[in-house]
Amino acid sequence: MILRNINNRFEFGEDAFERIEDDAPVPATGAVLVSAARWLGEHDILAKRKEPVGVWIEGDGDLEGLGEKCAQLELIVLRFPVFKDGRAYSQARLLRERYGFKGELRATGNILRDQLAFMERCGFNAFELDERIGLSQFNEALAEISVYYQPTGDGRMPVYQLRTTQASPGQARAAA
Amino acid sequence: MYRYDEFDHKIVTERVEQFRGQVARRLSGELSEDEFKPLRLMNGLYLQLHAYMLRVAVPYGTLSSRQLRQLAHIAREYDKGYAHFTTRQNVQYNWPRLADVPDILKDLADVEMHALQTSGNCIRNITTDPYAGVSADELEDPRPWAEILRQWSSLHPEFSFLPRKFKIAINGAKEDRAAILFHDIGIGMARGGNGEIGFRVYVGGGQGRTPMVAECIREFLPKTDLLAYMEAILRVYNRFGRRDNLYKSRIKILVHQIGAEAMAKQVEDEFAAIQKQGDTLNVPPSEVDRILAYFAPKNYESLGDFAPETEEARLADENFARWLDVNTAAHKIPGYRIANISTKPVGGIPGDMSADDMDAVADLADKFSFSELRVTHKQNLTFADVRGKDLHALWKALDERGLASANISLITDQIACPGLDYCNLANTRSIPIAQEISKRFEDAELQRRIGRLHINISGCINACGHHHVGHIGILGVDKKGVEYYQVGLGGSSDNNGSIGKIVGPAFARDEIVDAIGTIVDTYLKQRVNGEEFLDTYRRIGLQPFKETLYDTTQH
Repeated sequence: MILRNINNRFEFGEDAFERIEDDAPVPATGAVLVSAARWLGEHDILAKRKEPVGVWIEGDGDLEGLGEKCAQLELIVLRFPVFKDGRAYSQARLLRERYGFKGELRATGNILRDQLAFMERCGFNAFELDERIGLSQFNEALAEISVYYQPTGDGRMPVYQLRTTQASPGQARAAA
Repeated sequence: MYRYDEFDHKIVTERVEQFRGQVARRLSGELSEDEFKPLRLMNGLYLQLHAYMLRVAVPYGTLSSRQLRQLAHIAREYDKGYAHFTTRQNVQYNWPRLADVPDILKDLADVEMHALQTSGNCIRNITTDPYAGVSADELEDPRPWAEILRQWSSLHPEFSFLPRKFKIAINGAKEDRAAILFHDIGIGMARGGNGEIGFRVYVGGGQGRTPMVAECIREFLPKTDLLAYMEAILRVYNRFGRRDNLYKSRIKILVHQIGAEAMAKQVEDEFAAIQKQGDTLNVPPSEVDRILAYFAPKNYESLGDFAPETEEARLADENFARWLDVNTAAHKIPGYRIANISTKPVGGIPGDMSADDMDAVADLADKFSFSELRVTHKQNLTFADVRGKDLHALWKALDERGLASANISLITDQIACPGLDYCNLANTRSIPIAQEISKRFEDAELQRRIGRLHINISGCINACGHHHVGHIGILGVDKKGVEYYQVGLGGSSDNNGSIGKIVGPAFARDEIVDAIGTIVDTYLKQRVNGEEFLDTYRRIGLQPFKETLYDTTQH
């Protein structure tokens, strides 16, 4: 099950994408998830596909070549191989803020409850979580900090902007 | 100094509650120690040899007397009645109980303090010149920018899981008193071509196993671009810094591997791309002004430079005269001096202070220095704004409490890491060596004759005692379970930053203090025209020291 942001509320839903390993053929129909290397390598064929294509990037992979083409994708999965490997936070922000990716940006791998809020601020809107994190824990984790010192692509105002607009701390989230 | 507004209060309060929840989940067993570890580290909580250690952030080393009293209260209430000032201008408690930590954090939040990001692979406390805002050789006060950086780096969603810890220092004076060449990012205030003041940016300095002097990647950065440029550096590092080997993960290794020029290019490209995305990282001028106002010059009196009462006392009391000479420094305003309080009495533990002494110092700050003080990276305390005519009264009060050691920058003003007495990484003890050296050179006149000489001691290769940049650096090494001490000479963390060179084979525990004695004797014999140790060393090199050391100790 995937936890997704749907109209600013998170809900669990099915994963419609079938993961296709690099050595398996890509089926003609159905939404598929392929590796970034394969998508770039077989781009001419895969780009013509009528049904959705998603791409996964391994923790030690980078966005090389992918950024400019990301608008063609419905889903990008970034993997945290271990929780302390934070590369995907930068990748997520680049996809959202530099390359304008609008589709589902999904976090997978070793994800701890206490990293969810950071991930969400970096642009992730979908999470593949282990069974210990339910919807209530997830929402709780996201609500723990409500004011931010930095701007990200999520549109929430950092406090240095809120201060100049004479807002109150309660309005940080509302500004999103 | 900076004061929290409702936004800062809210963030810190929410963070304390968040950590309270994390501790509760650990205590209930919901979280294993492995899972709890990254969470406690983000809050400055280490598991040491005997107990937890809590490191509290003192942003750029600035404390109010009220905050110092609260730190004393915490030492008394939750620890063993003392605290430890660190080389990163922070405060450590060595004996807190896990269950008490949320309450300690709450007490800290009450006085606008926290332990955020004092450990973990994130951006650590921003450090600066302890004389910031008051020294005569300053281009501009760096503290407002340190505060802007503090806020920007706190709970940064992208940069909280970097390859390794990340340290930023900023200095605004001609003399580098913040060791900016030995930080992941070093920032020096600089003047641009049109006279405008901005920043010069260095990256890739550091100590540890692979000491390196930082390289300049930007000669001049306009102030408005500071945060965007920081994000550019951090993003390049977060994406491309090594993660496969703990000891090769600092940004200095990346800079070394690709070269400073390539690093500069990557950062500039990223910076240009960030700039193209928009200007949300430009702190609005009104916000810069708001923060600047907190660091406005104090309400100084018009005083003459000459204070007859101080001069009279100086002539009458040689101990006061020595303290005045050694522990005080020039202030930019006539009639004021900067006064330093040494935490390093003979035989003491460098950086340690009792709760009672902390309270006493807080009272003195109220009386003599606008209720503020700074923690220095040499682990001492600074009163930045003392009227010249009050110096004798201040000294007397300090002396009564044994806090008037006149040794700032002298041989007994040593930096020592906690070593094997506390730390589970250490190979050897550091504190007893520092204590013995300070006893050896106890004589105040001898110390003054030796002059400026920094001895830095680390109990292991991680270099928390900054041995690489000690004029004399001592590194504890373990040889088959026996403590040995390797000696380096000629390190320095000032404007001409240099890394010390190893003088020869390591010394046994019972030889090391004599070896330091031999080094000092050799210097005193070789010095000309009142040179400082570092000048003599740079003139004559290692050889004369090798000869005397290894003749006398029969290696």
